[in-house]
This record gives sequence, structure tokens and C-alpha cells, in this order.
Amino acid sequence: MKRVLAFLRPQAGWTALQVGIKFGSTLLELFLPWILEHIIDDIAPTGDRRQLLLWGALMLLCALAVFFSAAAANRMATKIAATFTRALRHSLFCKVTVLSSEQVDRFTVPSLISRLSSDTYRVNDMVDRMLRLGIRAPILLIGGLLVSAMMEPVLALIFLCTLPLIGGMLLLVSQRSIPLFAKAQQAGEELVRRIQENMTGVRIIKALSRTEDEKDRFSKANEAAVRADRQAEMTMAVANPMMGVLLNIAMAAVIVAGAFRVDRGLTEPGKIIAFLNYFVILQNGLLGITRIFTICSRGIASGKRLGEVLEAPERVAPPPPQEPAPEGHVVFSHVSFSYNKVKPDIDDLSFTLARGQTLGIIGPTGSGKSTLLQLLLRFYEPDRGQIWLDGRPLSQMAAEDVHSRFGVVFQNDFLFADSILENLDFERPVTEADRALAIETAQADFLKDIPQGALADLSERGMNLSGGQRQRLLIARALATRPEILLLDDCSSALDYRTDARLRQALAAAYGDVTKIIVAQRISAIRHADLILVLEAGQVLGRGTHEELLASCPLYRTLYEMQMGEVAA
Amino acid sequence: MSVKGEQKAISFRHVANRGAFERPVQPAGQVLRRLWTYMRPHLWGLLLAAALSILGNVIGLVGPRLSGRAIDAILGEGGVDFPNVFRYALWMVGCYALSGAMTYALSRLMIRISRSIVFDMRRDAFNRLVSLPVSYFDRHQPGDVISRISYDIDTINTSLTHDLVQMAASLVTVVGSLLMMLSITPLLVLVFAVTIPLSMAVTRYRAKRVRPLFRERSAKLGAMNGFIEEITAGLKTIRAYGREEAFTRRFDGKNDEAVDAFYRADRFACINGPIVNCINNLSLALISFFGILLYMGGRVTLGNISSFVLYSRKFSGPINEFANIISDLQSALAAAERVFRLIDEEPEPADDPEARAMDDVRGHVEAQALRFSYEPGREILHGVDFVAPPGKVVAIVGETGCGKTTLINLLMRFYDADSGRITLDEHPIRSLPRADLRRAYTMVLQDTWLFYGTIRENIAYGKPDATEEKIVAAAKAAMIHGYIESLPQGYDTLLSDNAVNLSKGQKQLLTIARAILIDSPMLILDEATSNVDTQTERQIQSAMLRLMEGRTCFVIAHRLSTIQGADQILVMDKGAIVERGTHRELLSRRGTYYELYAAQFQGA
Repeated sequence: MKRVLAFLRPQAGWTALQVGIKFGSTLLELFLPWILEHIIDDIAPTGDRRQLLLWGALMLLCALAVFFSAAAANRMATKIAATFTRALRHSLFCKVTVLSSEQVDRFTVPSLISRLSSDTYRVNDMVDRMLRLGIRAPILLIGGLLVSAMMEPVLALIFLCTLPLIGGMLLLVSQRSIPLFAKAQQAGEELVRRIQENMTGVRIIKALSRTEDEKDRFSKANEAAVRADRQAEMTMAVANPMMGVLLNIAMAAVIVAGAFRVDRGLTEPGKIIAFLNYFVILQNGLLGITRIFTICSRGIASGKRLGEVLEAPERVAPPPPQEPAPEGHVVFSHVSFSYNKVKPDIDDLSFTLARGQTLGIIGPTGSGKSTLLQLLLRFYEPDRGQIWLDGRPLSQMAAEDVHSRFGVVFQNDFLFADSILENLDFERPVTEADRALAIETAQADFLKDIPQGALADLSERGMNLSGGQRQRLLIARALATRPEILLLDDCSSALDYRTDARLRQALAAAYGDVTKIIVAQRISAIRHADLILVLEAGQVLGRGTHEELLASCPLYRTLYEMQMGEVAA
Repeated sequence: MSVKGEQKAISFRHVANRGAFERPVQPAGQVLRRLWTYMRPHLWGLLLAAALSILGNVIGLVGPRLSGRAIDAILGEGGVDFPNVFRYALWMVGCYALSGAMTYALSRLMIRISRSIVFDMRRDAFNRLVSLPVSYFDRHQPGDVISRISYDIDTINTSLTHDLVQMAASLVTVVGSLLMMLSITPLLVLVFAVTIPLSMAVTRYRAKRVRPLFRERSAKLGAMNGFIEEITAGLKTIRAYGREEAFTRRFDGKNDEAVDAFYRADRFACINGPIVNCINNLSLALISFFGILLYMGGRVTLGNISSFVLYSRKFSGPINEFANIISDLQSALAAAERVFRLIDEEPEPADDPEARAMDDVRGHVEAQALRFSYEPGREILHGVDFVAPPGKVVAIVGETGCGKTTLINLLMRFYDADSGRITLDEHPIRSLPRADLRRAYTMVLQDTWLFYGTIRENIAYGKPDATEEKIVAAAKAAMIHGYIESLPQGYDTLLSDNAVNLSKGQKQLLTIARAILIDSPMLILDEATSNVDTQTERQIQSAMLRLMEGRTCFVIAHRLSTIQGADQILVMDKGAIVERGTHRELLSRRGTYYELYAAQFQGA
């Protein structure tokens, strides 16, 4: 929570000013009844119309001053809250983009979405309302206490006794409700997930006529979210009436004690009446404070959730390797990795690639091909072994340095709703010539047939392109900055053979100096590679060129025969 | 070989609509009436709440009288009537305990009602969402829909129900105080004849102006949510390219718009309170001024003025409240518009009333002169005909974007053809219940879809009542059983977002297992094994062949090996079927198919 409130610090000056204005405004407003009293008590009996006019005008003036100061304070509160939220969300988003893949997995995506949206609204609401309502209540409380203490210290003491009780009660209630509010927010994530799943899987759901079941599933999530929310609110609802009861018991106690004091001649009944009047002001102040507590409990629960993301530990670079840097552009040396740390997904993998060479990786589903790429991109740290890039240990390099070297196409990679051009450039500096070459090489000439060309907009996830068009656009994106290293993860599965063949030829011709790592199912896609790794269950089953593997690796030969058979049959 | 200009299968029609929330604005009255339909089932609860609230107010008024009595019993030094002081003090405590209990009951009741309304609204919005045609999902961002179902519905309910009860309860106070003031001195009430219309006019005017601001606020938050939802799906790619900062800048743009829209609405709304408060203070000043003038003229007593002022305070309290409520209401209305717009989307047109359930599908599919366009003027299919006899395999080949997937969309009635018709067993598919038609097919798509649930649930998704043996058998046939068994939790492993690092191929195998489990008369395989390696593909081939046996199959694949055995191959180009026949027939024709086929050797 502290981490979240720190975003208010840059506005400490404005906040102080706002609080000051609100303070003045509240005092001015309390001044109004005093003038009224003065008119009735002192001016009315004299019958002095000039005085009446004067004080009446003063009252009007006062009312206007209250208005202007209150309006200004409220506007400033809104402004402060807006600036605060802007900065908070910015930092939160920044942090989300640098979370490690493991951290994203742990938070889950629907949870990150909820935190970025609904939790930030709630915190915004808390700050805004705190600034608008949070000043008046304490003033009323403290002011009321001071005046009543001056008037009747003994009776004020009785009242003072109830304060710890009330404070303790508020603390208890909010302590219990904050985790409940956090739970409610968490239950809301399930709704996000359900909507996301249903929108992306609509075809399958409709095809299997599971719509009714999906409604039930949503209904359960909805029920759970509503229940969690209700529970939190119900807990909070105790505070207000409890406080009212406590206060009024105190009031009765004041009267009884007052009665004893009057009986002994220590005070007069009139004083008790006046005391009770101030009591009402005090009561209003406390009611206000209770309200603030309610708002805060919700906000704090959300703030804690935001804090969890903001405080997620940054990546710590492992100690630098002891061994000397090996020759080569991309080097894996005895790399092992496991996602669940039980069964290795990559087991003692080594290879060396010189600049401009091509590595082909082939192997059955789940053999660790994509994992290898993820390690190379440093999405995950290897459990053992070292990866070297251009003679430097990957684990010691700055993230920007690593990532600026790569062009990557994942399986079913990400496109976003913007123009094709924006998707191609992907926020990188791309020259016209490089772009054109990339498009040509990737066989993405379909762009020419689109009326607006590269300026045409894609829909979300590029769903208005066919699978093959998406893949070619992604390849063009990977090439557009002339990367040092190109990673292609089975990126031509949706291309027909003809396009695929043209793509490979163009790639070899125009991007000869680029080190390429190609994961593929088809041997045809990698047969010309300088080195081919045959992976199975995270282990290297065979390595070498196409010809060598045909001779040495039975699995490779079987694959080749199967695929050639496919074509030749 | 000439490079053929490709079919413009791309439809950009939807994209133009993105961000277009500007449909005709619904009048406030209409939106309110619809909101009322959600509150109506809770009519008795709401009435009870209003009653509790009024009663609470009344008891609240009794309290001061009791304390007054108690104080009256304190006559002075040595003259305190202790029994009465104690009695009234006790009464006071009892009275407030009662009022506290009532306040608590009231809050509980209101929380219950408002959460129940939230539940109903969310349910209605979601149920409508899932009954919308596929085209809706092709052009709406999940993030925006999430924002409607969560943020907007929450906004409607944070205040609405509470406000209504508050308004009903305070109406009593307003009327009561007005009567009291009239009885004291009607002349002074004239002051309100100025200030109340004034505050009403101001409130009305401001309400009108603030509503578009709130509308903007909801829309921009929705847009930001849409962006967040979209980008979180691409975090890995963004990191792979090291574009974190650039995308944060993009986010900043959306964030700025959302914060600014929020600020503009809030900035406008936040001075409603001070304005009305000011008008109230104005009345106070006027009342004291004219009251004293009247007193000086001997028309009223000082006591009168003092109680008049007290009542006028009671009177203006609720008026103040009204102003805040009206502003809350505007934000609720703006949010409600967005929710109702979702609920009002046209669902898939109802099945033909004459539609008869299909009980025994043979699987004879015919298409005649199919024409289709996603957007007017950009036709994707230009008159497609074919016959798929029961149990036969029809393969569809053609370059990327030639209309293959569109054809599948029409077969499943995800979209309806503009002209021409498709029949299933001689029934036009438009005359069949959609659910029956779709259930007649099993579909395996290239884009695998798995949901948050156990592996078992995912495999059994098409047949939730499948036995454990059948599920395991399907997984074995799809060559994924071994992998599942190797997981610590086996079939009970939860497929959360990334926690289990399934490869794309493994995901595809799971969806194939899902398809194997469904026993439907027809099959659609759209690049069903594109992410599966050759060896595994070979291993599951027997399962696939068994799956296809005796079923009408539509197969889209780039690996021509998959389709060589097809009974009929349709070669599509630019939205039309240019060649058809068996593998051998087409090869001997040396046309488009031959070219596609030859390209494989070039690559190899």
C-alpha cells in the first residue's frame, strides 16, 4: 500500500494546498451559523436595519466564499487523483511488461487485467474521496472535542473514553473487511477469464452447442463474485450502526453524569444542553470518518493487490560464469531447464553457431524445441549451463541489448488492432527499404491487394487475416529491422508448399548474414541448415547436417522417409 | 510459375467500426425504465428498505426529545429527579440501539438487493453475449466487453439502489418540514420559491451537460481495458523485441484518454455539491435577513425564526442529497447505456419456427451457387457448388486466403450465405435448428482453444458425460495419454494460462482427443494437425482415419499427403472452385492442383 501511495508524493505540494483550502472552506462554513446566531441574538433586539443589512450581506459573501473554496478544493482533489492514477497505471503497466514469464504465470493474465483496470479505479476513487471528504470529518471531530472540553472537561472525558472503543471497532471491522474486499476482487478475475474464454472460443463453443453450459459456468463465477462482494460489504456494514450505538450510549452517560454534577452544583443544566449540541457536531464528524473507513477499506484492498505487482522482485542476474567465452555467435553449453523443476524440459544441451549459420531444430511435439527459444530470449533462466551470445554470457547482458538483436516469430504470434504498418514496425525504427525487403522476402505480397495497403487496420489478434497471411506478416515483422539472429518457431505451418519454398529461397538470398534458428516440423524447411538438432524429450538425439543425420539418426531418417513419401506418393 | 494475385479475403469492414460507440443516444427516461425492470423483482424489498429508512429517521427524531426530557428532569443543584434521568437515559439507549439495529438491517437489505441486481445484469449481459452471432466476436474487443460487464455494471449499482431508497425516505422529511414551515410562517417559505426552482434548474442543466462526459468516461475506460486485454496476450512478443517502453507509451495514450475523460466528468460533477450547498446557504441568509425584517415589523417572533431555520436545515439536507444523487444517476445512466447496448445486440436469428430436429443425420451435404461477402461489395465466394455424399471425404485446397475457411463458416452457419443454399440430407440448413446442425459436425481447428479447467474437462468438453475409460481411450488414440500421465496430477492437471507449458502441438493433440470423443456424423478438419510433428501425426493417423470412417469429412490441409486419399478434392482460387476431382484426376489435368503439388518437390 505504501508503494502505491508513494505516487501521491510528487503532488505533496498540491495536496497540501488542497487540504488547506478545504480546511478554510470548512471553517468558513461553520462560521455561517455563528453569524446567524449573532443576527438573531444581538441584532434583532436592537432593530438596527443597517446592521442587519451589513451582516446579511456578510452572510451572502460567506456563502459565496464557501462555494468558491469548496469548488476549487474539489476540483483540485479530482486533479490530484487523476494525476496520481495516471502515474500509478503507467508504472503498473511498465512493471507488467517487465515481469518475468514465471511471474506472469503466477499472477495469471486475467488477474493482471483486473489489477490494471478495476483495482486502479478503486484506488483512484479512494484518493479522490479522501481528499474531498476526508478533511471535514476530522475538523468537526477535533473542533467539537476542543470546544466541548473547554466548556465541560469532565463530561468531555466521558466522551473521550468512547473514542478508543470506536477506534478499535473501526480498526477491527476494516481489518476483517480488507481481506474480504481483496477476495472479492479476486473473485472478479474469474468473470474476466470466463468472458475472455468465451469470446476467443466462440466457434468451438457454438459448434459443440455448449452455450448453455457456458452460461452455467459464468453463473457460478458470477455467484461467487457477488457472494464475495456481499460478504465484504456486510462486514463493513456493521461499522456505522455500531458507532451510532456506542456514541449514543456515551451521550446517555454524559446526561447521567451531568445530572450528578448538576446535583452537586458543579455545573448548570444550560451547559449540558450546549454540550449536547456540540455532541451532534462531533457525531457528524465521526460518521464522516466511518464513511472514509469504508471507502478506504476497499481502496486499501485494491492498493495491496497493486503493491504485489509493483513489488514483484526484479530479475537478479546470476553470477557471471567462470569459464572463458567460447567462439561462436550463439552458443549453448550444457544447458538444462525444467518448467516444473521436476522433469527436465531441456537436458544438457550444447551447440555452437557461427554468425550467418542456420540451425534447424526438429523433433516430436513437446520435445523442447520452443523451450530452447524461450531460453535464448531469456524468458526463463536455465537451471544449469550457460548461453553465450557473441562471446558474452546471455545472463549478464542488459535486456535491451539481448532483445534488440532478435527477430522472432512464435507459433500463433501476437498481432494487435492497429494498421498493418504499425504491426510491421512494431514500434521499432524501420526504414522504408528494409520494410519493403522484409515484405518481399516474407512473401507478404498480399498486402498489395488490400485497398489501403499497409495502412489498412487489423482487427484484434489480426483475426481479419487468414492464418497464412498472419504468418507471413509475422515473418516480415521479424525481418523488418534486419536482426542479427532470426528465430522462427514453426512459423510456416499455415503456408502452402509453394509459398513456403519461395520464402526459404528469398530468406537465404536476402538475409544470408543473419544467424537463423528454425524450428520446424517439415524437414524441407531445415534440410539446408548448417546444423540440425533432432530433439526428443529435451535431449539431443542426433546432430549434424541433413546428409549426416540421414546416415546417423534413425528417427531423422524415418521422418525424412515419411515426409518424402508424403510428397512422392 | 506465375505468382497469382491473391484473393482479397481480408475483411476490413469491422475495423472501421472499432471505437464507434456513437449510436443514437438513448433517452434518459427509456434507460431508467429499463433499469427499473431490474429493480422491480425487489419491489417489496425496496419498499421495506424505504420503510426502515423512514422509521429510522423517525426514531432518530424521538431521540432528541428523550434527551430533552432527561435534561428537563435535571432541575438544578440538589433538585435532580434521578429516577426520571435514569429512566430517560435508559430509554435513549434503547431507542438508539433500536435505530442502530434498523440501520444495520437496512444496509444488509440494500446490499442484498443491489448485489442481486448486479448478478442479474451480469447474467443477462453474458447470456446475450454468448448467443450473439460469430460476427460480433470478430469485431469486438474482449477487454471492452469485460469493462461493460464489470465496471459499467458496478457503476450502475454502487449508487442506484441506495439512491432510490434514500430519495424515497428523504421525500418524507422534505414534505414534513415544508408543512411545518408553512404552519410557522408562509411568508418566509416564499424564499424557497426562489431558491428551489433555482437549484432545480441548475441541477437539470448540469445533469444534461454531464451525461455525455460520463458516457465518454465509460467508453474510454472500455477502450483502455480493451487495450490491456489485448496487450497482455502479447507480452512475450513485446519482450522478445524489447519494445516494452514503446508499448508502455501506447498504453500511456490510452491511459491518458481514460484519465482525462474520467477527470473531465469528475471535475464537472464534483462541484454539484458545492453549488447546491451554496444555494442552501443562500436561502439561509435570505431567511435570516427577511425573517429579522419580519420580526422588526412585528410579524413573527424570534422563536419562530429559530425553529424555521431548524426546519429549513432539515429541508435542505435532502435537497443537497438530491443534487448528488442526480449526478450519480447520470453516471449510472451512461454506464447503463453501454450495458444495454450489449444486451440489445441482435442475437443469432432464431431458428426457423418450422425447423424440425434432426435425429438421424446421414451426412449428405450439397452446396449450390453459394455467394458470400463479409462486407457489402466485397464478395469472398462467387458461386460455389459441390456435393459431399455421406461418408465421403471432401478436401479443400487452395492458396492462403482463397475462401476455404469462409466455406467452413457457412457450413456451420457461423455466417449465412448471401445467396445460394446449403442442404444437409436434402434439408436446407437454414431450416434446421442451429444446435442440431452444429452438433452434426465435429470441428478441429488450427487455432486450438483450451479453457481454464482440468485436462479431463477439456477433453470431455464435447461430451461432458463421457466415462473415464472413453476419455483415456481418446487421449491414447491422440497420442497424448503418455504425456498426461507424466504430469504429477495426470488428468486432473489444471490448464491455467501458462502454468503447464503445453506446446502448441500438445494442445492440438488435446483438441483432437476432444474430437475423437464426440461421435458426430460429420467432421471438419481445418489444418487439424498443422502443429503436430510428422511422426506423431503418423502415429495418430490410424485414430484420425478411424475418426473419419463412415463420416462425411471436410478437410483443409496444406500437407497434401493428408488429402491424397480424399474422395473429392476441391481446388479453390479467388473464391471459386476452379478444379475438382480425385488426386489422380487432378494431377493428370496439370492445372492449379498440379502446380501446388509440384511446389512441394521444389521445396524438398
